[in-house]
Amino acid sequence: MPTVAVHTETFARLARSAARVKGMPGTRQAFVPQPLIGLSPDELFDYIVGGDPVNGRPFMQEVIEGLTRPLDARDQKGVSFDRSAPRLLEPDSEDNLQQLFMDNAWTDYMPIVLPTEERVAAMLAGTSRSPDDRVGRMRPTLYREFWEFNVEKVAVNAVMAGARPEYLPVILAIAAAGVTARQSSTTSLAAITLVNGPIRNEIGMNYGIGAFGPYNHANVTIGRAHGLLSQNLQGGSVPGETYMGSQGSPWTFSAAYAENEEASPWEPFHVQHGFQASDSTVSVFTGGWYNQWGTGIRDEWEEKFRASLRACEPWLGPMLALDPLAARELVKRGFDTKAKLLDWLVDNARMTAREYWDNQWSQTALRPFAALGEEPYASILKADPDELIKMYRPEDISVTVIGGETTPTWNMLCATLENGTTLVDAVNRGIASVDDWR
Amino acid sequence: MTMAETFTVHDPRGFPPHVEGKPLAPRLSTLEGRVLYLVDCLFDNSEAFALQLQKWFGEHLPGVETRIIQPSESWAEDPEMCAKIQRDGDAAILGVGL
Repeated sequence: MPTVAVHTETFARLARSAARVKGMPGTRQAFVPQPLIGLSPDELFDYIVGGDPVNGRPFMQEVIEGLTRPLDARDQKGVSFDRSAPRLLEPDSEDNLQQLFMDNAWTDYMPIVLPTEERVAAMLAGTSRSPDDRVGRMRPTLYREFWEFNVEKVAVNAVMAGARPEYLPVILAIAAAGVTARQSSTTSLAAITLVNGPIRNEIGMNYGIGAFGPYNHANVTIGRAHGLLSQNLQGGSVPGETYMGSQGSPWTFSAAYAENEEASPWEPFHVQHGFQASDSTVSVFTGGWYNQWGTGIRDEWEEKFRASLRACEPWLGPMLALDPLAARELVKRGFDTKAKLLDWLVDNARMTAREYWDNQWSQTALRPFAALGEEPYASILKADPDELIKMYRPEDISVTVIGGETTPTWNMLCATLENGTTLVDAVNRGIASVDDWR
Repeated sequence: MTMAETFTVHDPRGFPPHVEGKPLAPRLSTLEGRVLYLVDCLFDNSEAFALQLQKWFGEHLPGVETRIIQPSESWAEDPEMCAKIQRDGDAAILGVGL
């Protein structure tokens, strides 16, 4: 069936690139100015009777001709091509190779460790798996094609990040989870990894003082490896083409942390989700939008938590990361199980239905489910606009314990394991085993 | 002057799929008398845009029947919607997508 796809001009390069790699570079596309959000019907009509800012002709002429202009030879066949590359690059000097990697957008613009054959071979000693074993596949967003990768390709990116061989099983597990740390979303989504189990201590991860900061080799290089492997193994993360985050996210530099299981008054995160304490796991969250913070579980803590919860985004729920001191204060206030705390959080995360549905991502991501009758969204849609509705289902909120007990701080980070919609593009949603990759 | 030491390094990129060319669907000789689906892809204001597009067709090409339709979910294939458009329509405009 003849179709024309309409995009805003900001996405022209991306739209043409996506059509090309689908083998249909002649896909008929028409463009309007950016933005559409917030415009009145009259302003939208002006776009329609105005010019296509990319093709340089009247917008509706592009649309009508897109549906009626006969196909040329290229349109009738499409275009086939192969993008495979040799395993090794041409030999060159260190300076030239560092420049080549930057010029090709294969780095995060900090110096990398060049992945020589010797260094990659040493990295591969960190796993019993064969270099050729398939690890998984990844893509920057739902409408791009998947690229695949094996153990060796993950090891190459781990070397570039400065990781050590003993970290490789963790990095392989993260890669296998299939959650990109270079998501192309306009909202600048990031990925945040939580490591649980004995591997934390085996490789010396920091879950104490400064755990969220640059104070530990394993934490920093594992998080950086996730970013580098994402952009290189998924087919790029180039602004305007394969990355469209309007502001970008500081969480994309490096975001791998470990839970302070030893000081937590509750079961570790992975045990809460069905693993044994002796298992080692990675939980790869999608998020990075917001971060609320506080100190202490003081007399008015409930008000502070309610206000913080309401400042979170309905579509991407929070991870509550408590310093062990804050977690133990909550135990004193009756939350002797994590389940009790989760119940309280779900019951107290509330906003008016009016505010909930005024949120762009509630409208885009959740309202279609409401229209299909899926709960709790259908009931929220029926609610009085002034009713204080619950923002989250229990599975939308995570509770973790991280920190070094210098003061009872806590963070509410935007971090979602599973939000029921398809934007979180994980091959294996949820928690992945590290032990499978030792 | 000495020659700089050279290194052989790995290509860090993953394995891309082979791109197989696909033909576009044959175009229509005219839109007159045809059913044209306007697919609202559920982004903020895309339904309002579809309504204005429908208004333009009503004013300028009244012989084209336009029908606005939405997929069941954002960012996901909707085979039922596609089948309906294929069955009942002659052409489609999709938007406003990124």
